[in-house]
Amino acid sequence: MKEYLIVSGRDIHLLYPHYKVWGFGIPLYLFIGGLAAGLLIFSTYFYLRGKTDKMRASVFVSSIVVPIIIILGLAFLILDLHHKPYFWQLLTHIRFQSPMSWGAWTLTIVTFLSILWPLTFIDEMIEYFRERNRQKWLSVFQWIRDLLYEKAQWLGKIVDFFKKYRKPFAIITMAFSIVLGIYTGILLSTMNARPLWNTPILGLLFLTSGLSTAAALNMWISDDHEEKHLFSKIDIYLVAIEMYLIFQMFFNMVQGPEIQVRTAQLFFGGEFTAIFWVLFVGLGLVLPWLLEILDMMKFKVPYAVPAFLILYGGLVFRVIMVIAGEVSAFLPVPTILH
Amino acid sequence: MKEITRRDFIKLSSAGLVGAAIASPVLNFVPGFLKQDYTPPLESELTKTPTVCDVCFWKCAGWVWKDKKGNIVKVTGNHLDPHSNGHLCPRGTGGLGYYYDPDRLKKPLIRVGKPGSQKFKEATWDEAFDYIVEKMKDIESKYGRESMALFLHGTTGPHFEYLWEAWGSQTYAEPAIAQCLVTREVGFIATYGQGLSSPEPTDTRNTKCLVLIGNHIGENMHNGHVQEMSAAIDRGATIITVDPRFSTAAAHSTYWLPIKPGTDIALLLAWMHVLIYEDLYDKDYVQKYTYGFDLLKQHVKNFTPEWAAKITTLDAGMIRKTAREMAKAAPSVLIHPGRHTAWYGDDTQRERAMAILVALLGSWGRRGGYYFSEKVELPKYPHPPFPEPRWSWKTITKDKFKYAISGVTNVLVDHSLPEYDGPYKIKGWFLVATNPLQSLPQQEKTIRALQNQELVVVVDILPTEITGYADVILPEASYLERYDFIRNSRHRQPNLALRMPAVDPKGDSKPGWWIARELGIRLGLEKYYPWKTIEEVLDWQLRQVGTSLEEMKQVGVKYFDRKTPLYLPEGIDWPFNTNTGKIELYSTDLAAMGYDPMPVYKKHDDPPAGYYRLIYGRVPMHTFGRTVNNPYLNELRSENHLWVNPTVAKILGLENGQEVWLENQDGKVSTFPVKVRITERIRPDSVFLPHGFGNKSKLLHRAYGRGALDTELISKVNVDPITGSTGMRVNFVKILTTNPHNS
Amino acid sequence: MAVDTKKCVGCGDCVVACQTENNVPFGYARDWIVEIATGRYPDTIKVHFESRRCHHCDDAPCVRVCPTGASHIVEGGIVLVTHEECIGCGACIEACPYEARYFHPDGYVDKCTFCVHRVSNGQDPACVSVCPTYCLIFGDLDDPESPISKVLKERDYYTLAPDAGTKPQLYFLK
Repeated sequence: MKEYLIVSGRDIHLLYPHYKVWGFGIPLYLFIGGLAAGLLIFSTYFYLRGKTDKMRASVFVSSIVVPIIIILGLAFLILDLHHKPYFWQLLTHIRFQSPMSWGAWTLTIVTFLSILWPLTFIDEMIEYFRERNRQKWLSVFQWIRDLLYEKAQWLGKIVDFFKKYRKPFAIITMAFSIVLGIYTGILLSTMNARPLWNTPILGLLFLTSGLSTAAALNMWISDDHEEKHLFSKIDIYLVAIEMYLIFQMFFNMVQGPEIQVRTAQLFFGGEFTAIFWVLFVGLGLVLPWLLEILDMMKFKVPYAVPAFLILYGGLVFRVIMVIAGEVSAFLPVPTILH
Repeated sequence: MKEITRRDFIKLSSAGLVGAAIASPVLNFVPGFLKQDYTPPLESELTKTPTVCDVCFWKCAGWVWKDKKGNIVKVTGNHLDPHSNGHLCPRGTGGLGYYYDPDRLKKPLIRVGKPGSQKFKEATWDEAFDYIVEKMKDIESKYGRESMALFLHGTTGPHFEYLWEAWGSQTYAEPAIAQCLVTREVGFIATYGQGLSSPEPTDTRNTKCLVLIGNHIGENMHNGHVQEMSAAIDRGATIITVDPRFSTAAAHSTYWLPIKPGTDIALLLAWMHVLIYEDLYDKDYVQKYTYGFDLLKQHVKNFTPEWAAKITTLDAGMIRKTAREMAKAAPSVLIHPGRHTAWYGDDTQRERAMAILVALLGSWGRRGGYYFSEKVELPKYPHPPFPEPRWSWKTITKDKFKYAISGVTNVLVDHSLPEYDGPYKIKGWFLVATNPLQSLPQQEKTIRALQNQELVVVVDILPTEITGYADVILPEASYLERYDFIRNSRHRQPNLALRMPAVDPKGDSKPGWWIARELGIRLGLEKYYPWKTIEEVLDWQLRQVGTSLEEMKQVGVKYFDRKTPLYLPEGIDWPFNTNTGKIELYSTDLAAMGYDPMPVYKKHDDPPAGYYRLIYGRVPMHTFGRTVNNPYLNELRSENHLWVNPTVAKILGLENGQEVWLENQDGKVSTFPVKVRITERIRPDSVFLPHGFGNKSKLLHRAYGRGALDTELISKVNVDPITGSTGMRVNFVKILTTNPHNS
Repeated sequence: MAVDTKKCVGCGDCVVACQTENNVPFGYARDWIVEIATGRYPDTIKVHFESRRCHHCDDAPCVRVCPTGASHIVEGGIVLVTHEECIGCGACIEACPYEARYFHPDGYVDKCTFCVHRVSNGQDPACVSVCPTYCLIFGDLDDPESPISKVLKERDYYTLAPDAGTKPQLYFLK
């Protein structure tokens, strides 16, 4: 027999039998972080390569999404806190050993950058929506331009300043976005108490996943066939890298100490096997990957399908990693004898 | 380890500072309304009053700490106190839960519904007393004062014992006697001429070899026993545990003997055989102090370890080995007497066997064995002589159970039943701090007896199940809110301890002494209550021995000098209080009364196929059934679990945590289900259930319905013929996986 | 702190004493008892109890991951949480391999403080002061004469999850 019992009735909320501390809020926040980072990276990259005119959707249209989802993400983050009246303490401290800390700062900075970045393209955006006769969007951006250059001209002056120095601005934005992308993985990998997360690959894996989701979104939003095709190709490489990194992660785990082997078993016969391999790898990686390959081989593929699956896969991946990570532990799960 | 009083702690830990915050808290202003730093109060900021804990029977002295607002913050031990040495057990530490329990009785109640219905109306103390007095006088005129019986327990009991004797009735009994330790007392009285009382004079902390027969110290949380056993472990003492279950004590033992239930006497006789026939016993001691050795030697001639091994399912080699270990450690070897010893009906003889072993090893009155305890000679407050009742507990008990030393509860119950037709009828029950529906076996008899009474009064702190059968319920204040008699316990050094109220009684509850006094005066017994408050009594008593109430309030515990030796003095003849003046290995008293003068093994029934012996016991965070509703202790353990061996679980298809019901050999079924714990720690022929759960009083909100009550399944008792004690581990249960109450 | 598993009986006194000393709300406990039982009836059964709490690790991951520094380590090695700096993000709970931390109903993260208010006043933590088996030993590990330093030299011991790399300061004597 092996009895492992808590005999003093410690049935504490959110701790047993596994931590349920970072349920759904954190995975969503990580997904948003990855997606936003990816979108900004692509946006600034293609801008710096001078493709603004040819790849309008990915340079400035998709970057409209970024500030919206980041602010939503921040709102979720604050709502998820258990000590909400004190949330501002996050921004009155900075600690470089705590990814939570520099990550929150990075996210805050990126928020501002991601609001300013699309605003520097306001004219191009109005042009874009006028061409496609999208009245609603047009009126929104006309209103914004109005605000910037007529009503609150000091705001317009700020935007102009950044427009003038758009190149260094883009580089800075790209740098912070890369940091943001990696941060979403490092936040987990720094937890040495959770064997599933405690692998350095996670930062790169999450960054790749974030780029992949961004590529998928760009592929979806764009109405330029070449642009869509390009992102489809980029995504093929990204998903391939992702699949390799996942393989590498499990390989490291089964070669590692016993606790890592046991944790890996969660996905090879354990409770997360079907969920991970079918719902994530199958539906969220392999299937869209195959569809994109078909597209590359000149078959007709509705881009919305792989795009949606990649985005869905990105979210599901983070949800599984967070929940499975909370299940993985050094100490055995006790039965509470109460 | 004892407390470290002063240490120089202010040094940086050399293993490295982790993470100083880099950004300064310059921006870290916290507005007043957001301040949340709760530093617990230091003891220097609190006031303390002395108390004696009343949760269990160990009576540790302690301090009750109150904050500036007068709220009780915590209860800790008194470092002067030899019972606790400053460390209270979990029940004592959680004792403030009694004060804060919202389910407490707050006002006197008089029944308006059927008995058992828990329907009452609130009354004033006057109304309640008037009701009681009228009924008691009625019973007196019809049957006599002796027909009012008193069931008592704890420190409130003595106030009512005094009242009863003043009233003229000695029809009283404590469940703690016949359902618990009388067999142990009489086993030792018959051998040594004196009992052990509480705390037992066991020199555990100095022993080299501790022998526990069924005694589950560590789950049984009597503070002194646990502390001293820990000290023995520190000294590297050999610990031998004889228990069908792998108890916590067994986990810390050197040897665990997984004995078959009911066969302990065979093992003890075999040990005697080894000690005598391998010449390992203390010859000088036996020659000097004992009587009847040759008779004993002849008696155990055939009780070899091989004979015992077959009966007990133990290994004969192990029986020999453990006997030799005991002899090696002698005289610093302690055969612990246990406390609750009412198991199979031959318990007095088992305790006699243990007492004989103690003598053979020469450990009675020796260091590491039994010491001689002494108490202060504290005079009783003078009172007029008590009237002589026409009959008493002696009249109705000592004819059947010749060696009974005090009232036997089950005898009182028998005389309360409607079918009893003799001259010694009991027609009124007064219950003080005891719940016989949990503490007495054969529940159905208790209920019929209750229903046959013309008056049932319950004095209690909580609305336990017995209050449902009362005509009048009198709310008592908890021990934190009252004075009681001075604790004068027998110990290595005589000492007195004071209990005083830390706070005022909650609601309309009153201390036990006040209730007894008020009732006494209304019964016309003023001459026995010349004092107005018990403080007068306590102060008078304390002044007789050279201290005062004021001083006791400051110190809590005070020591006095011994007048008698702690161990057997060398070179003197030491007379024992027996017929022969010696330690009686052959008991002349038992022989004269017609009982076996030396223990004999008698076989007990085995469980029939498909049934398992029900063994009950304790958990360390609870006391009887009286703490399950305590908010602090309920958090630690709110229900009991049924221990089932994995082979049994496999046969019945049980899973861990599954809810089952129990049905015993007489068809009695547990009211509530209990969760199964599948463990190798229990034998395949038995199941283990901690006592005191499965409460049926809905007014105990935390305790109601949690787990199963073992008492419900104890419908068969083997009555010990010597003392009247009820052996209760003789019931067999089968496990039901579907709810038997649904059809 | 050291826990002598040869003596602990799992009574829960340390749990109740901590609750009354530190006013821990109902439904929460800063320390707890684990019973570990192995073996087979009747020959190989082994049972022992562990009184667990925060290990006040020397390389505390909970301190490292705290974004505001609310979780910090004071002189002497005690890990504490400043309630007003805690935002309740839960990173420290996730970072702890010993299940020591929990969310207090008031929102901040709470755990055993080694009764720092008592310790800085020269007393032992409440659990140590009350234990009826005297199985809890507390003291200054940097002082070679302290009871805990001595007992760690004399007895075999183990720590929980040593591979987690936290350098825990709660030792279980065998």
